[in-house]
Amino acid sequence: MVKEILNIENLFVEYSNIRGKVKAVRGVNLKLYKGENLALIGESGSGKTTLGTAIIRLLPSSGYIKEGRIVYKGNGNEYDISKFNEKDLRQFRWKEIAMVFQSALNSFNPVLKVWDQIYDTAKAHGINNRSFVRERAISLLRYVQLDPERVINSYPHELSGGMRQRVLIAMSLLLEPKILILDEPTTALDILTQRNIIELLRIIKADMGLSMIFISHDLSLAAELADRVAVMYAGAIVELGSVEDIFYRPKHPYTLGLIKAVPTVTAGFRELYSIPGSPPDLINLSPGCKFSPRCEYKISACEKDEPTLVEVGPDHFVACIRHKEINNGR
Amino acid sequence: MEDRAIIQLDHVSKSFTVRSGIFGGRKHMQVIGDLSLSIGKGEVLCLVGESGCGKTTTGKLIVGLIRPTSGRILFEGKDIWSMHNEEFKNYRKAVQIIHQDPYSSLNPVHRVYNILSAPLFRHGIVKNRSEAEEKVLELLDRVDLTPPRDFIYKYPHQLSGGQRQRVAIARSLTLNPKFIVADEAVSMLDVSIRLSIIELLRRLKEEMNVTFLFITHDLAMAKYFGWEGRIAVMYLGRIVEIGPTPRVIENPLHPYTKALLMAIPEADPQVTRNKKPMQLRSLDIPSLLNLPPGCSFNPRCPFWIEGTCDREVPDMYEPEKNHYVSCFLFKGK
Repeated sequence: MVKEILNIENLFVEYSNIRGKVKAVRGVNLKLYKGENLALIGESGSGKTTLGTAIIRLLPSSGYIKEGRIVYKGNGNEYDISKFNEKDLRQFRWKEIAMVFQSALNSFNPVLKVWDQIYDTAKAHGINNRSFVRERAISLLRYVQLDPERVINSYPHELSGGMRQRVLIAMSLLLEPKILILDEPTTALDILTQRNIIELLRIIKADMGLSMIFISHDLSLAAELADRVAVMYAGAIVELGSVEDIFYRPKHPYTLGLIKAVPTVTAGFRELYSIPGSPPDLINLSPGCKFSPRCEYKISACEKDEPTLVEVGPDHFVACIRHKEINNGR
Repeated sequence: MEDRAIIQLDHVSKSFTVRSGIFGGRKHMQVIGDLSLSIGKGEVLCLVGESGCGKTTTGKLIVGLIRPTSGRILFEGKDIWSMHNEEFKNYRKAVQIIHQDPYSSLNPVHRVYNILSAPLFRHGIVKNRSEAEEKVLELLDRVDLTPPRDFIYKYPHQLSGGQRQRVAIARSLTLNPKFIVADEAVSMLDVSIRLSIIELLRRLKEEMNVTFLFITHDLAMAKYFGWEGRIAVMYLGRIVEIGPTPRVIENPLHPYTKALLMAIPEADPQVTRNKKPMQLRSLDIPSLLNLPPGCSFNPRCPFWIEGTCDREVPDMYEPEKNHYVSCFLFKGK
């Protein structure tokens, strides 16, 4: 059995705003195994980014963990991240789990050179040895295929989108984390740059053996890199399985719909299909399956209770009472 | 083809002047360089390229939102910038644009009714409120915002992204256009919504016989929407390849098109993990302020011919029928 490094147990995350409480993550149970790539897939508002930022406790100020545990297993010990105070978190973030945020430009301070940002990050984690940090930064920048001497003395705006993304990835590796969370790492990059980032992430994975969580609305990123995929809808995981199960044997109507909604370029034609309607309002959620208003497989029982994940195959879980009727038809 | 063309671009260039830094001088940035293109009546032309390649500028030039630095843009054979007022007004009615971002393209303080009726009043298509209301309801029905009475008095913030984009599409239809430029019309929308908007555009094309310029960075969407039309691939302000969609996808000729198709991540693990990406000579895209001489792809192209590709801009060659490529590898073929 592969060892688990992270165990999210019955996690609920909410945001309060003027209209009420936004139930962004609702009862998520998820394990991350050592050395695996897990993709969190879903549309905007599905809770995938909230889940990712909750793991390293960087939720915006209106957000909070309402219930549940995030258990990190490292160095032979177990820690519940959800109970950490600021001091614990400073010891923990970037050393154990690092995150690369969406939108590479906004993650930088525009008036600081790359070197100053790297050194600030190191200092914030108690590493004050300038020459040590510089040496490590240079080797990491070279590792992500950048010209270190040039990049380290540049301001963020002097770098292209792909270069900035590579700098952020290098910075996330500064303190040798065991888990790397990447939020939309290829979104908004050009195709040729996307390919380069994907190849880079493959190399990092092979060299360092860390566990990665990819957060993306883009199915192709999961198809490229994931070992396992969790599909989120309205704050809950509706399907979880190996990348082959999710893409070739989906058992949730939403997963099936997503996969059938995306055309491919080089894979020949396949029948496409669009999901009617739009995602629910996370403040006033109706009982029952949250996808049922858009689902062509809906029966009256779907509107009563929200289905929970059941195992339909080896390590393949689906939250749908009609999963036996779902044929992928591919 | 020529006489059936609805839009023609005749050696069009567009430059912007930019200042570099606080004390820097003015610099010339050529966004579109010597672009010639003819779009036939009823055709779907997909303009594909990466960010900064000039595809949005091309769209804006075609709908007359900006003026070319040199060259002519012809609508039904007439140069739009030497039209007299009445002709120009008719051209503006006939050619519409759908913008990328339905969150910023609709005025947030106007209700759907006002957004859709304003052009109707301005062009004298309706005379009073009841006529306008009837026409707006018809438009909403046409873009599947049904029942239309539920939507007509809503504000944009009360609508989802997909619904907003439908309103933006309805607005482009208010004046019965002949030609629609859809600039990344689905890129901002969620995956599950995109396809229904594409289907709507396709249906409108059939029903109203509109000609489409479909601008996208997404080759898969271009393939899906424009299978019966043509694809033009743009790189740094120039069209490097143009041809029937199935040919460009199945038999790409330009090294840049090939590199794109070999690199593009796809939503199919087996297909995408078996891709063998082309090894480019450089990852960096040249700056528009400092374009390389010759073919603009030459500093990255693994097939470049020294002394040729870095000196002259290649002509458009036609190695197979109606499939054109601007690359010296095809000279004389």
